[in-house]
Amino acid sequence: MADAAEQFDVVIAGGGNAALCAAIAARRAGASVVVLEGAPRFYRGGNTRHTRNMRCAHDTATATLTGPYTEDEFFDDILKVTEGKTDKPLARMMVARSKDMLDWIQAQGVRFQPSLGGTLSLGRTNSFFLGGGRAMLNSLYRTAESLGVVTRFESEVVAIDSGGGAFEGVTVRTNGQERRVRGRAFVAAAGGFEANIDWLREGWGTPADNFLIRGTPYNKGHVLRMLLDAGMAPVGDPTQCHAVAIDARAPRFDGGIITRLDCVVFGIVVNREAKRFYDEGEDVWPKRYAIWGRLVARQPGQIAYIVFDSRSLRLFMPSLYPPIQGATIEELAGKLELDGATLRATVEEFNAAVRPGTFNPDILDDCRTEGVSPPKSHWARTIAEAPFYAYPVRPGITFTYLGVRVDAQARIQRANGDACANMFAAGEIMAGNVLGHGYAAGIGMTIGSVFGKLAGEGAAAAALGAADGVQVA
Amino acid sequence: MNTIEHGSPALAEADRLMTVCNSCRYCEGLCAVFPAMEARRAFADADLDYLANLCHACGACHADCQYAPPHEFNVNVPRVLADVREESYARYVWPKAFAPLFARNGLAVALALALSVAAFIAGFVAIGDPQALWAAGSEPGAFYRVMPHNTMAGLFGLAGAYSLAALTFSLFKFWRETGAASAGAFDWPSLWQATKDAARLRYLDGGGAGCTVDTTGTPDRRRIAHHATFYGFLLCAAATAVATVYHFILGREAPYPWWDIPVVLGTFGGIGLIIGPIGLLHMRQSRSPLLTGTRQTGMDTGFLAMLVLVAASGLALLVLRATPAMGLLLAFHLGTVFSLFVTMPYGKFVHGLYRFMSLVRYSHEMRLMRS
Repeated sequence: MADAAEQFDVVIAGGGNAALCAAIAARRAGASVVVLEGAPRFYRGGNTRHTRNMRCAHDTATATLTGPYTEDEFFDDILKVTEGKTDKPLARMMVARSKDMLDWIQAQGVRFQPSLGGTLSLGRTNSFFLGGGRAMLNSLYRTAESLGVVTRFESEVVAIDSGGGAFEGVTVRTNGQERRVRGRAFVAAAGGFEANIDWLREGWGTPADNFLIRGTPYNKGHVLRMLLDAGMAPVGDPTQCHAVAIDARAPRFDGGIITRLDCVVFGIVVNREAKRFYDEGEDVWPKRYAIWGRLVARQPGQIAYIVFDSRSLRLFMPSLYPPIQGATIEELAGKLELDGATLRATVEEFNAAVRPGTFNPDILDDCRTEGVSPPKSHWARTIAEAPFYAYPVRPGITFTYLGVRVDAQARIQRANGDACANMFAAGEIMAGNVLGHGYAAGIGMTIGSVFGKLAGEGAAAAALGAADGVQVA
Repeated sequence: MNTIEHGSPALAEADRLMTVCNSCRYCEGLCAVFPAMEARRAFADADLDYLANLCHACGACHADCQYAPPHEFNVNVPRVLADVREESYARYVWPKAFAPLFARNGLAVALALALSVAAFIAGFVAIGDPQALWAAGSEPGAFYRVMPHNTMAGLFGLAGAYSLAALTFSLFKFWRETGAASAGAFDWPSLWQATKDAARLRYLDGGGAGCTVDTTGTPDRRRIAHHATFYGFLLCAAATAVATVYHFILGREAPYPWWDIPVVLGTFGGIGLIIGPIGLLHMRQSRSPLLTGTRQTGMDTGFLAMLVLVAASGLALLVLRATPAMGLLLAFHLGTVFSLFVTMPYGKFVHGLYRFMSLVRYSHEMRLMRS
């Protein structure tokens, strides 16, 4: 088989938004392209399947966006959410290029719609995919395949031949059989390592065993590991991941959006000892949801319980699992296997600290506590009207920050500072360049699209230049 | 919270799916089903019947779903709503005693068709002149030598009246029972909006991407085939209406010359009623089985095949009316039309009415939410 190795101009590892944008861009530039997706057909596309929008700068309102979102505002938002942990020139470049992505991505068959119910706060900044991320993927695959891009599923890249930073080919495993695919340029778009529990344990220790992975079970980080082992420059904190608190009853992998819970601000959150541990009303939920995964990860057993009463039941988006219900605090505690007397004491102490105020879930209201630690700064109402409800929550991992360093042409940087001439990266595998910390809705897809298209164009130029015997700048 | 008792496993599954979908909402822009779902937190059987009839079975939400099988959440909205929808036809049918006709609907319709055709042929022979069966004629009144006009009009008038009554009673039951949860019932702007949405098949379009033929969203042309069927049906109905006016008011007897309004309307309608249903049958064959219901009732095939037979025999009658085949063709054509009339309340035809009423309710609900 080895002597019959296939040859493509551009070889792409991964099958999500970044990989497909790269594939389409490279194919449109005239290169022959193969997409090697490790997952089966249904699970193709990594976490793109779970996304629903992308954040792009635009100067005016559009049919689906309610107002302008300037480059400066977008860039400021990146600085804010990352707390400055971003490659600023690269982020600037991405923001500038994001403007054209709205049209470009639609030209590839993707359709947009106005923001979804319950997401009004994103209606100006984020473009929602009609039908969500899987619909977007289906469109990209249809376009790529109609252009002649070869797509392979259940085809995991298990070795990258890149001696001295020059790509020559990969080894692909399909149904236990390995074969070589040769190429003139490479795009690494195979996601992060959040579904690799062993790797997560390196950063988090045994608590990682209690983490739930919100997205694809196929993001094991094997391509990332191979690149780092081959001497590519790392970027991003290897021990950090984006984690939110999700329903503890969610499956270990792939529960996605429907396991999220938006009710922390309407109740109290207690740990396994039935004690509170953080200010539940510190800020509006869109600004705080991303800290609760890490907060719960630090609690014993990596579990916590959002407790609220009947007055708050209808204030938030429904989720997949119904809340656990009790006629009394003690009955609820029994169902949660918490100590009833302690939970009763915690609730009573909290209730006694609640000051009078005018409850308003839409603003930072004046309902707060006094004399309890930790405090609850807003939306503090007594938990008093039966029945009482609770959701158990665990850390739900969205993505990881560690990646390979790239330059403004999406070329992978070597640890010695050189850029690889024919190796590119796009998507979550290099998101840490722009997103060193935190997250803002839709940025992952912006990174994937902008760097995917850049990587595809660069890879095509490198491959076709090499094929012509021309030196590529 | 979700402890509602349901009338069937399909309804229970639909309730489970709506709970999943209501926490996701990615499909909100695809059609009317999901915004209607978002207006509810609990799903009683009547709510699910309403949502199921609002669904046009375009399939887009299945191709777009990140929780579709093989995912463990096993979400397949088009399939489950198709099952609920077919069950709902039997739940609201008048008279209730005829509900079992929906269980093996294709067979029931085929039997009605065969019996009806046989009865007309036998009737021509027994009551009229046996020679009439081989009569030829395209001059005015030729048909009525085979079957007296008043007999024909009376028979079809009765069948039509029965059908209309049964459909009306069924529709009222559906409207009343599925509307229990909704405030108010009806307003004219909603009726107009629903008429436009139905006329354009607005929701047989995946929100703009088209119907889907497989689980990755490859578009098909079902919408066009349905338009051909629906407007073909309307043109044929218009042809009949014009002919009735000709006969009773203008005193002009059929058959009419090929250029006359009833014939032109009927010809175009007939062509639509042949290519439309054949297109729908063909696309149904090539569609992924994951996107269709699990009940093997033969309902779609029975109805579509009957429409093709009605139209084909009508066109054949037009072409061959001057030959000795006229009598037999007339018997066959009248038999198919008669069976279409009497089976309308007990077959696929009802889908259009329940869906239309659901669209009226949907427009009304959305108007209430906006105001």
